[in-house]
Amino acid sequence: MKPVAFELCISADIASAAGILSQNDGDTKIIAGGQSLGPMLNLRLARPDRLVDVAQTPALRKITQTQAFVAFGAATRHAEIEDGKTPDPSCGMMPYVASGIAYRAIRNKGTLGGSLCHADPAADWVTAMTALNATLIITSVGKDTRKTPMVEFMQGAYRTTLEPGEILTSVLVPKYSDKTVWGYYKICRKVGEFADAIVAWVADPTKQYSRIVLGAGSGAPLVLNHLAKELAQTGNIPTLDIIKAELKLHSPDLDQVKNHLFAIALQRCVKGALANE
Amino acid sequence: MSTGIGARVQRKEDRRLLHGQAKFVGDLKFPKLWEAAYVRSPIAHGRIRSVQKPSAYSSQVFIADDLHDVLPIRAESSLPGYKPSDFHSLARDKVRYVGECIAICIAPTRAEAEDIAEQVILDIDPLPAVIDALKAREPQSELLHEDWGDNLFVETSFEGDIETAKRDATVVIEREYKTARQCMNPMEGKGTLSYWDERSNQLVVYTSTQVPHLIRTGISEFLQMDQGQVRVIAPDVGGGFGYKCVLQPEELTVSWVAKKTGRPIRWTEDRREHLVAGANTRQHHYKITAYADNNGKLLGLDADITVDVGAYSVWPFTACLEAAQAGGNLPGPYDIKGYRCNTYSVATNKPSFTPYRGVARPGVCFAMELTIDAIARAVGREPADVRKENLIAGSLMPYTTVTGKFYDSGDYPDSVVQAEKAVNLKGFRIRQAKARKEGRSLGIGFSTFTEQSAHGTKVFAAWGLPLVPGYEQAMVKLTPSGSVEVRSGNHSFGQGLETTIAQMASEWLTVDIKSINVVMGDTGMTPYSTGAYASRGMVMAGGAVSKAAEALSGRIKIHAAHLLQCEPTDIQLKNARAYNGHASVSFSSIAKAWYLRPDQLPDDVDTAGLEVTEGYKPDIDTGVFTYATHAAIVEVDKDTGKVDVQDYVVFEDCGKRVNPLILEGQTYGGAAQGIGTALFEEALYDANGQPLTSTLADYILPGPAELPHFRLSHKETLSPYTRHGIKGVGEGAAIAPGGAILNAINDALQPQKIEINELPATPHKILSALLAGAEAEREIT
Repeated sequence: MKPVAFELCISADIASAAGILSQNDGDTKIIAGGQSLGPMLNLRLARPDRLVDVAQTPALRKITQTQAFVAFGAATRHAEIEDGKTPDPSCGMMPYVASGIAYRAIRNKGTLGGSLCHADPAADWVTAMTALNATLIITSVGKDTRKTPMVEFMQGAYRTTLEPGEILTSVLVPKYSDKTVWGYYKICRKVGEFADAIVAWVADPTKQYSRIVLGAGSGAPLVLNHLAKELAQTGNIPTLDIIKAELKLHSPDLDQVKNHLFAIALQRCVKGALANE
Repeated sequence: MSTGIGARVQRKEDRRLLHGQAKFVGDLKFPKLWEAAYVRSPIAHGRIRSVQKPSAYSSQVFIADDLHDVLPIRAESSLPGYKPSDFHSLARDKVRYVGECIAICIAPTRAEAEDIAEQVILDIDPLPAVIDALKAREPQSELLHEDWGDNLFVETSFEGDIETAKRDATVVIEREYKTARQCMNPMEGKGTLSYWDERSNQLVVYTSTQVPHLIRTGISEFLQMDQGQVRVIAPDVGGGFGYKCVLQPEELTVSWVAKKTGRPIRWTEDRREHLVAGANTRQHHYKITAYADNNGKLLGLDADITVDVGAYSVWPFTACLEAAQAGGNLPGPYDIKGYRCNTYSVATNKPSFTPYRGVARPGVCFAMELTIDAIARAVGREPADVRKENLIAGSLMPYTTVTGKFYDSGDYPDSVVQAEKAVNLKGFRIRQAKARKEGRSLGIGFSTFTEQSAHGTKVFAAWGLPLVPGYEQAMVKLTPSGSVEVRSGNHSFGQGLETTIAQMASEWLTVDIKSINVVMGDTGMTPYSTGAYASRGMVMAGGAVSKAAEALSGRIKIHAAHLLQCEPTDIQLKNARAYNGHASVSFSSIAKAWYLRPDQLPDDVDTAGLEVTEGYKPDIDTGVFTYATHAAIVEVDKDTGKVDVQDYVVFEDCGKRVNPLILEGQTYGGAAQGIGTALFEEALYDANGQPLTSTLADYILPGPAELPHFRLSHKETLSPYTRHGIKGVGEGAAIAPGGAILNAINDALQPQKIEINELPATPHKILSALLAGAEAEREIT
């Protein structure tokens, strides 16, 4: 279980990383924390000719803010968010989510941007960032920097709109008001394992924003707008039957057990959010 | 403070283990060392048409045709009808499981060796995979070993009187139970390093094993070498659990290549290899009919046990040890008169079955304990009460079971009484009723077992094994400095034997264990031992060290008596000094006199010296039995199927406790593994025999957050037949959790009338059963 030989390039800045990525000789991959790519390299499922290490690239480690957003450099580590070393636009949700990602050793290395680009359906950030309506800043050589909302970024399991040569540089998370209600619930067999079901709910009445997102399905996170709207209006926890009916509409192929787990996770997510209000 | 028997002292070996100073096979450095990688079968069953070496690396790749002087691993057994299998260390003609070794590739680094392995071209004609052991028993099944005519390594039957029970029974319980296939997952995987040593004219094999002397015998037998030309050294070993108690094909091929190339060669198992090629244990199927009276008194038991053995028979423990243990131990601690049992050891396209901590008993205990609770539910009584009335009472000891197991001492029902007190059963029932009203599902489960330990010659001979452990030898020596050296051919692989056998010597010699150096695991330096397995270390190696240390204490007294001008019988040993009244002489002075200044000793000095090798065998040959009751309280989350173990109690009687601290550690570890068996671990396969759980993201082991706070208590009923009354205990705690936890789950789900009879009880299984139950209810109403 050792990787195929590869060339390792440590990039000093985004331009040099993008430059290496745009070369046409062989397959180049970006590595940040390496917590997903590492095992895939060792299992020889990923066999790149070249790795560009961006874990220490200063521009990707930078965090800036405006009145409306916090922009997290893509190489911000889970543990930094967990430990409150970064500004928190999410009224506590981001540190909470970060603290539940895998194990501390993984959180010490793993990055926000790396997790989003890897796009594992059972990962936490793809669901949490969808719920928080994040925007991704993507750059490449010879093209304009583009912005894409998280809801459009992930296309399916391990699939995103990231084109060859593109680098995710930062993640813009809107600042939520102190009236914000959020919940995050995941069902795992074991602490630290990938989840069987994740539900996130974020509602900020000052923005008329309410979004429910289901993660750990078979593809990209599922956004349940109808339920979210009703919930924001009534504040009533939806019944299992209502949730299951809604799920059937969106994911008719869900088996009975998974359907039930999502429904339960949704109820618990909302209950927890309302209890914390 | 004494560091002898019973002392709660910290482990000697932990200083190096906890400071990263231990030396495992992977830590060894040799000049010119190359690493090995294996080409392993990608399919479960197939006929090999060709294996093609990459031409650029033909001198770095070895296949079955190269190993013409290596005999297949073949474990004979004298059990009637037993069919031995030829397990080629590199597959020849056929492959029979995913992960079977086909070629060994060597290179300066493992990565380069893997690069070469990728270039070996396999042409294999796939055959239908035999995955289900029950279907494999059917006549139309595909065959693994065509010349057998069926897929049975062996079939045994025990025909007791079941007809009386059938006639008298008013309650009949029929159940099927299943236990999942598992991997043992020691923290350190298997590793082996061999080189040819010109000076000693020996093949030196460093290997991560529990049984260095057995591996020496095995290597010499299958590589056709004189045993004098093989030295096996087990360095620090990071856990064994049985995985490292058999000869592995990699030990043969690495040794062969090292001998052939004159280069040190190492193979280090990685976790994926372990989870694929090491998925080799625990998988049983039971069909049980229990006959009882209206009070739940068990009158008879009729059982069919199928063991999913996998492709080949391991050496030396054979493919029938598991089923033999299962059939013989199913009645366990219960007073049963009527017993009939058939066992089937079935060949399937999976890795070869290897005995794992508890050997068969986690399965039989699970089956038996769930049956007891099923009977209790059928007669409407508290399961703990039914259990107590069926267990062998202290007044019946010594007791010979229906299958001939000889229990020398103990009070089995009392262990349930003690566990009941510890969990406060009556109080729990009140809490449970209250919780049920709130919609919560709490349950309690008990599980009682006996642990056969230190099996002697007769037991193993009865299983027809090729090698039979008998006595155990140890050497104990007073060094010229007055410190003590102990040498044992057994091994310490995390179970604390390095400390506890030092305690045995300390008991007689009064030397602090800090001054007792223990040498184990090296066949060049220690007396022959069949090794560390079957909970035999403390009783057997401990017994041998105790006996040798006692003899050495006698010799020390002879010389001390001369130096103190008295009779040896006047001498008392204390704090590494020999006393005659107030006059005393230190061990170092005694040792100095013997080794360096014999002029201080009389002309007719006893020249036997201060080095003693003694052999030891318990007074009986049939093994000694520890027993225990575990009790678990769980809460089942009916919405997710998740099980939270809220309380876990162990009451155990293992005779004399040599080191209570180590015993507690052993119990925690064993119970944790048992909880893995109960709730988490399963090696899954698809219909083609492809493993579905080849990483630790798929094969779930419990972590600290999944484990309860274990509460332990003990009593000591000494065995009349072993030195110091010790009974073996290393495996025990892994045996009971499946029974205790599943009984607790089934107790919790009684209002829903749900019974889970399969290990592990995953959330998915429990939730599926609950949803199916709810659906059925909806249809009725």
